[in-house]
Amino acid sequence: MAESPDRGARRLPGGKPKYSVFSLMRNARRYHQDWQQAWRSPEPKKSYDAIIIGGGGHGLATAYYLAAVHRITNIAVIEKGWLGGGNTGRNTTIIRSNYMWDESAAIYDHALKLWEGLTQDLNFNLMFSQRGVLTIAHSWHELREMSRRVHAIRLNGIDSDILTPDQIKKLVPIINIDQSIRYPVMGGFLQRRGGTARHDAVAWGYARAADDLGVDIIQNCEVTGLRRKGNRIEGVETTKGFIKSPKVGCVVAGHCSVLGDMADIRLPIASRPLQALVSEPIKPELDTVIMSNAVHMYISQSDKGEMVLGAGVDKYNSYAQRGSFPVPEHMIAAAVELFPILSRLRMLRHWGGIVDTCPDASPILSKTDVKGLYFNCGWGTGGFKATPGSGHVFADLIANDRPNSIAAPYALDRFQTGLLIDEHGAAGVAH
Amino acid sequence: MNIKSPKQGQMRLSDGGRINRKNPVSFRFDGKTFAGFEGDTLASALLANGVHLVGRSFKYHRPRGILTAGYDEPNALVEIGQGNQQAPNIRATEAMLYDGLTAKSQNRWPTLGFDIGAVNSLLGRFFPAGFYYKTFMFPAVFWKNIYEPIIRKAAGLGRAAKDHHDADRYEKTHRHTDVLIVGGGVSGLMAALSAAGSGARVMLVDDANELGGWMLSENNTTIDGKPALNWIKQTVKALEAMSNVTILTRTQCFGYMDHNFLTLAEKVTDHLPQRPDHLPRQRMWKIRAKHVVLAQGNHERPLIFGGNDKPGVMMAGAVRSYINCYAVLPGRRAVIYTNNDDAYKTALLLDDVGVKVAAIVDQRPTPSSVLVSQAMARGMVVHTGHAVLDANGTRHVGTLKIAAINPKTGDVTGQPFYIDADLVAMSGGFTPVVNLHSQARGKITWDDEQVCFRPSDYHEAAICVGACNGVFDLKGAMTDAAVGGAMAAMAAGFTAEAVMTPAVDEPSMVMRPHVLWKMPSDAVKGQEPKAFVDFQNDVTASDIKLAVREGYHSVEHVKRYTTNGMATDQGKLSNINALGILSDQLGKPIPEVGTTTFRYPYTPTTFGAIAGRDIKELFDTERLTRMDAWHRQHGAEFEHVGQWMRAWYYPIDGETMEEAVNREVKKTRTHAGILDASTLGKIDFRGKDAGEFLDRLYTNMFSTLKIGRCRYGLMLKDDGMVMDDGVTTRLGENHYHMTTTTGGAANVLSWMEEWLQTEWPELDVYLTSVTEEWSVTTVSGPNARKILEALGCSVSLTDDAFPFMSYQDANLAGLPVRIFRISFTGELSFEINIKARHGLALWQHLMKAGEPFGLTPYGTEAMHVLRAEKGFIIVGQETDGSVNPHDLGMSWIVSKKKSDFIGKRALERKSMALNNRKQLVGIKTEDPKAIIPEGAHAVLDPHQSYPMEMLGQVTSSYYSPVLGHSVAMALLKGGHAMKGQTVWFPMINGKKPIKAVITDTVFYDPKGDRING
Repeated sequence: MAESPDRGARRLPGGKPKYSVFSLMRNARRYHQDWQQAWRSPEPKKSYDAIIIGGGGHGLATAYYLAAVHRITNIAVIEKGWLGGGNTGRNTTIIRSNYMWDESAAIYDHALKLWEGLTQDLNFNLMFSQRGVLTIAHSWHELREMSRRVHAIRLNGIDSDILTPDQIKKLVPIINIDQSIRYPVMGGFLQRRGGTARHDAVAWGYARAADDLGVDIIQNCEVTGLRRKGNRIEGVETTKGFIKSPKVGCVVAGHCSVLGDMADIRLPIASRPLQALVSEPIKPELDTVIMSNAVHMYISQSDKGEMVLGAGVDKYNSYAQRGSFPVPEHMIAAAVELFPILSRLRMLRHWGGIVDTCPDASPILSKTDVKGLYFNCGWGTGGFKATPGSGHVFADLIANDRPNSIAAPYALDRFQTGLLIDEHGAAGVAH
Repeated sequence: MNIKSPKQGQMRLSDGGRINRKNPVSFRFDGKTFAGFEGDTLASALLANGVHLVGRSFKYHRPRGILTAGYDEPNALVEIGQGNQQAPNIRATEAMLYDGLTAKSQNRWPTLGFDIGAVNSLLGRFFPAGFYYKTFMFPAVFWKNIYEPIIRKAAGLGRAAKDHHDADRYEKTHRHTDVLIVGGGVSGLMAALSAAGSGARVMLVDDANELGGWMLSENNTTIDGKPALNWIKQTVKALEAMSNVTILTRTQCFGYMDHNFLTLAEKVTDHLPQRPDHLPRQRMWKIRAKHVVLAQGNHERPLIFGGNDKPGVMMAGAVRSYINCYAVLPGRRAVIYTNNDDAYKTALLLDDVGVKVAAIVDQRPTPSSVLVSQAMARGMVVHTGHAVLDANGTRHVGTLKIAAINPKTGDVTGQPFYIDADLVAMSGGFTPVVNLHSQARGKITWDDEQVCFRPSDYHEAAICVGACNGVFDLKGAMTDAAVGGAMAAMAAGFTAEAVMTPAVDEPSMVMRPHVLWKMPSDAVKGQEPKAFVDFQNDVTASDIKLAVREGYHSVEHVKRYTTNGMATDQGKLSNINALGILSDQLGKPIPEVGTTTFRYPYTPTTFGAIAGRDIKELFDTERLTRMDAWHRQHGAEFEHVGQWMRAWYYPIDGETMEEAVNREVKKTRTHAGILDASTLGKIDFRGKDAGEFLDRLYTNMFSTLKIGRCRYGLMLKDDGMVMDDGVTTRLGENHYHMTTTTGGAANVLSWMEEWLQTEWPELDVYLTSVTEEWSVTTVSGPNARKILEALGCSVSLTDDAFPFMSYQDANLAGLPVRIFRISFTGELSFEINIKARHGLALWQHLMKAGEPFGLTPYGTEAMHVLRAEKGFIIVGQETDGSVNPHDLGMSWIVSKKKSDFIGKRALERKSMALNNRKQLVGIKTEDPKAIIPEGAHAVLDPHQSYPMEMLGQVTSSYYSPVLGHSVAMALLKGGHAMKGQTVWFPMINGKKPIKAVITDTVFYDPKGDRING
């Protein structure tokens, strides 16, 4: 197993020893006693050039790209709990960029392109696996939506194929394409570049790489206030004291409205529970990611063998990471209907997270009326797949204090101008 | 299954146990036939036959045996059943034996005894926790094509059934109860006695095959002076006789949710050799309880030492279960390894049944209790202040390495010595089951005295009793439970009294474990033998230490990095040990380290049981119109529209769809067509503010509509985008009838209710969905009037007497109807509503009367062509939530007079009238036969490079048989100003782009002359 092309480069840019099969063997010789910490646990300094609130995937990615691309390394990431503990560690790990609106396609494909080399960029195996994402249509209406979507995606230069039920069956032998079922499989479209990644690893990989470049990741530190002077941000009040910074980026997903309140900014965000669950591990049966909007479920099989299932968002607003039972109950029925093999398998774990949704189901990447205060939120159910793209673009926004062409459509003022990016209305897909 | 009965296993005792020796059964494991008895579990029957090796571990493929005797089993997972009744990952310790049971071991190849995957174990040094994050990165393409496929194949446990179509059925049922008691051990029984005595409705549920819990495994306890088993029998009998008590066995409570909503999974037939047709395999109970009593007992914790996963190493309590419940000897020569008194009971029992107890290794320096003295009195060697350092043996434990330790630090202080044993009974203390309590957001507190978490504050109306409340002695637990049961009944509104705790005699014991979170070992640091914390996921003590060294300090990080607690036993045995090691490594007390979140399911739960009957035809309602049978008789093809089944087209004499639709369209234009429009949403408005409310909902005015007149309306969301459309008719001063799209009906109704209930409660409006009350038939075409007249209509249908966009009550063929003169085809058209039950009769009358006039039934496809020829939109097809009335060229419908309506403010924003918005236009292809696929996107230059500059997409596209060319509508950027311009539609199927010109949306009868016939 050849591992590193450059056997001399044993270190990351910041000086951390690199991970490779050789380092694994070297460490095995020393019984793994010498592994370095993936990240430090520093106490906060008095001031930083930039502070990122929120140590999830998006926040850590933002910090990493600020350091790696924009060479701003005097940064702190402040996390209330443990890094990667929010939606980064609670999603169903699906990655795709087959969105219909140009604005969405631009940011999600930007992300997908970053995903494609991210394991090597971060020197952390994210188990990014382009096993293909197949979206199923169950009615003529959905087929038409699908056609529109595929035409748009293809003309945007992004891969996508329409499959017949028979082609779907060939790709996914365990799917039920019996045309007599209540919502039969009538077709589907496949993005082969789509797939999954190991969600925790994404947070850890970014954290390790950012820490290597000097970023302070401060866990168990809650932001209690945003200090302003006039119309300018001065820093953040935290449970570990005041920390000064001229630039503060808020990347806290479900709780962004809470931070917004601290700066008297009312965000057009509703926070709702989203649930997911896994089966007991079984030997491989499903190599593709399957999504079905009509019956509200999506499914993939993890490398560990667990069937990972997700459903639609609970309809009520809540900060409780639980959700109601009827949502998974319905989703499981839908899953058994489409994949009868599940009937005799068992649910092993279930969990919930809080998704921050905008009225148009598209995110917010924006400056605010407070100078130096930026928000990255509103990713709803689509956040994980966007992680690298979101961090990359948001870092650019913070570094330059102006949005680049990808971020521009996602500014807060779209809710005043009405130039919404309505993936809700347009979407034939739960995203 | 077998003609010849196999011989009973050699490890079975000649008497005792709770098995039915009168009913011997045979079963197969990995192709070999064995004998057991009814009442055995698969695990006990295997042990009776001397089979310990039953599986391989997840990562290292280490040989694994049977560790426990219950649902906390991490190792003994097997596939049970055959064909479409097979299920993987079943715990052998829970599976009740029946004649003909077939089981297979998992995660091994080619055989359980010789497993190639075990090479991982030899290479284990290279596979510490999280190794996969550090390698397999180069070259990048190898991950997808080589590394990951290998990892995927190696991972997973059992295999799913090859035949996917589950032969079994599942059910769901609901129950309200006053008191739900979870756990049918002695505590649960005591709580049930107290609660049931009050007259409250009591449900008592237990996961096991019979009630009694751990007490069934004890032999030296008396209640009321008699063996405890007698008391259990008597109590169960008493409870069974009470009509207010429901007892469910083989039922696991797996979820405890908000507002005392709990979910149970009952295994109804899994234990039966013959499964009666009338019973489901499993049943999910959804319980709403006034009060909940949790009496779930505790789990015994393993001890962490090298080789603690070898077959033959068992929990001390489980050893007692196998002997007392199943009359099975799990070994011949035992070593007891403990840090508390409880395991001494196992030592004494083993001695009673003739098993040599080679030694008792006790970590405590000076254990002193009756049990310890008894063991010593029987001549057993007790090594106090000692620890097992390592267990050797290839497929079964053989030799133990033991040494004296410093009882405080765990450091090895003495010279190691060796003892041979084929059974190690270990006990590392007890973990109260606080899982359900925590799921329900109850708080837990660390009990330093008993070294465990126990419940503190409750969030739901619940009470924990007995061992799961941290009360470990029998008398204390019984009293706790008796009081708890009475309190629960009182909380549920009954007058209750705690039953008296009977006299109890059990050996007095010190249950407090002497814990050493640092594993005693004489090995060089880092070279300790593999000592397992999470058995199934192969997480060792060194893995947890490694995680901490690498900065994974949060308990969640450790869990996720090492996968500790994520196996199918969900950390029941491993979590506290892992926490202990973590707290030791971090130098932080356990309460500060915290726990991971407790969530349902408490034990893995069959998906089939959760889905229940909500699959196949019952997955979702299939709504049929009253004329459905007629459509079927006349050969209609159907399409799904929302939940509705609608007639799509009516092929005759082998017509293709295209031919049938063309015929239906032409006939409607030349003669007349009849459409079943019953699926349109219909909402009845009453109240003096009905008109005002409609004014606020629609963009145009309805309060001024004259009685008897109809008006088309457009409804916007608050962002100014089109949400629904339909015709609303004023039936009376304060009475309107609204129609909505078929798919939008439910949404529109809840949308309106939301506004009425949350924003405008002062309005006097009452909404009723009347979609199912009326059957709707549309007769359309130049002959429509003649057909209605031929049928005998009580009102004049002339243009003067019955103008377009008006409504009248009438009698048609002697039946009372509502006739609306509205049109979705552009032809003279009557929409006839009749009480639903007469729908079919009227349809048949119309068909008969229409025959001389060439009346033809047409389906939804022809309806689409007819409306597209006229440029009529369909909400959801021409709109997608991003289209406003101006975009549709329908600015005329937006009232300028009204002070407000939903969406008005949003619609007035500058961006809503920008010229480069996507606007609805007609599209005419250069080649009249070319039909652009719906969804195709327009570009100005089809040869440009990707990403192409797209103008927008085709929303509707059909062939018009009347016009002889295709007609299409599209939403194009700045489309309204582009009429006459040429655009191209690139194809994705490799075909050439289609050339077309932008036109007006109305292709047919642009002046609208045909509306009057």
